[in-house]
Amino acid sequence: MNILNSVDKNKYKNDRIILHSDCNSFYASVECLHHPELRNKPVAVSGDAENRHGIILAKNEIAKKYNVKTGEAIWQAKQKCPELVTLPPRFELYKRFSKMARRIYSDYTDRIESFGLDEAWLDITHSPKNDGLKTALEIKSRIKEELGITVSIGVSFNKIFAKFGSDYKKPDAVTCITRDNYKDIVWNSPAGDLLYVGRATRKKLNCIGIYTIGDIANAPLEILRKHLGKWGDLIYGFANGFDSSPVAHMDENTEVKSIGNSTTTPRDMKTFEDVKAVMYVLCDSVCRRMREQGFLAKTVGISVRDNELNTFTRQCTLEDYTNLTKVITENAVSLFKRSCNIQRPLRSVGVSVTDFVHDNIPHQISLLNSEEKLKQNEQLDKTLDRLKKRFGNYVVRPAALLRDKQLSSFNPKDDHTIHPVGYL
Amino acid sequence: MKKYIKVTATFDCDGNLLPEYIYWNDDKKYAIDRITDIRYAASLKAGGAGIRYTCRILGRERYLYLEENRWFVDAKED
Repeated sequence: MNILNSVDKNKYKNDRIILHSDCNSFYASVECLHHPELRNKPVAVSGDAENRHGIILAKNEIAKKYNVKTGEAIWQAKQKCPELVTLPPRFELYKRFSKMARRIYSDYTDRIESFGLDEAWLDITHSPKNDGLKTALEIKSRIKEELGITVSIGVSFNKIFAKFGSDYKKPDAVTCITRDNYKDIVWNSPAGDLLYVGRATRKKLNCIGIYTIGDIANAPLEILRKHLGKWGDLIYGFANGFDSSPVAHMDENTEVKSIGNSTTTPRDMKTFEDVKAVMYVLCDSVCRRMREQGFLAKTVGISVRDNELNTFTRQCTLEDYTNLTKVITENAVSLFKRSCNIQRPLRSVGVSVTDFVHDNIPHQISLLNSEEKLKQNEQLDKTLDRLKKRFGNYVVRPAALLRDKQLSSFNPKDDHTIHPVGYL
Repeated sequence: MKKYIKVTATFDCDGNLLPEYIYWNDDKKYAIDRITDIRYAASLKAGGAGIRYTCRILGRERYLYLEENRWFVDAKED
């Protein structure tokens, strides 16, 4: 995909009316609704500390005042706020609330594009009720009434500024970013507030004297291009309000670009055999998901994090497109072996595949590899998939996984069904 | 306080689900005389959200919520 198509300023004849709705502190708000006794206390939803997943996933407004941050360890948060109440996540409940919010959005338009569970863009340009501010206020009030939680909504003429608007004022607020006010509101904000300007990009921009979104918008394009490559063109377009990416139709599935699973293990991985066992489980999940969705991949990536939280990622390109568990696993394990000496104990590991083609599209087979062997492995995967579907994830497993059940007894495929999404 | 309760309900010919009786602590059965409103709503008091039925029971107005496949009310604490 050419990312620069996303900033074609001549794509639309007239301005669109786009809303971006963001459920405030989503997980924590849903929990506080279900726990009236906790509503006046600092509350956070966090992973399981015993399994070493003990980080803050979301916090309510009261916890925010204590400077509790998403992503920090529970013990760090409790140092700042000793009376912090931490609750385990209930993802099925959050998915239900996300669906309820979508039901409300669908009363206004069929152009609804989710961005995770708690955010969505709505294009109401061609809706009968196409007054942006009025619709935003109505949606905000209905979500409060019907779901018992609050949202912030940004209204603008493109998706990037609409998202900026929903982040600008929180909680329970509506912000309109218009052609008349975007230079005052958006351009005066720090560069890091723009979608796609993360920590690394912000640092690069700061080095060349760019601190605000207005600085990006008014910088010479060649300079941005020189330091950021094609992303320079992209953020220049975003900062100037040229974003032209459409809001997807609610029935459209967002195009899948990669499939991955990672895990923080209950104990550190100290040997190659430990890592191999965990990779077997991750690759099995990744390949089953890939086969379910009808993809073949050509690139395998691994990510590894040690106990001092140093992370590295590596990837390799395969000879042929494949979704065979055996091939992906062998490549992931060998990539790890080639690129990582276990100097420090490892805390987490991940496997992902990308560079997809659909499995029903004819593709070139290898001249050298035995086609018969491939067929056998395909058949084996199909059989194992059916067995696991009928009798559960643990019905048949490689014998190597029995060596250390503590490390290998997890089910990434079914335990984590909320997958991160990207904008482009 | 959120209290899940047993309910007898029927589907009418148009597919609408209408509660007819509620059971309190499994022994007392109350008929719902009339349903005056049905809408999606959250209950901040009880803590939950779903379809809210405004019901008249023994001359009094009470909210009955359908949360997925369970019914709940906001009960006064004993």
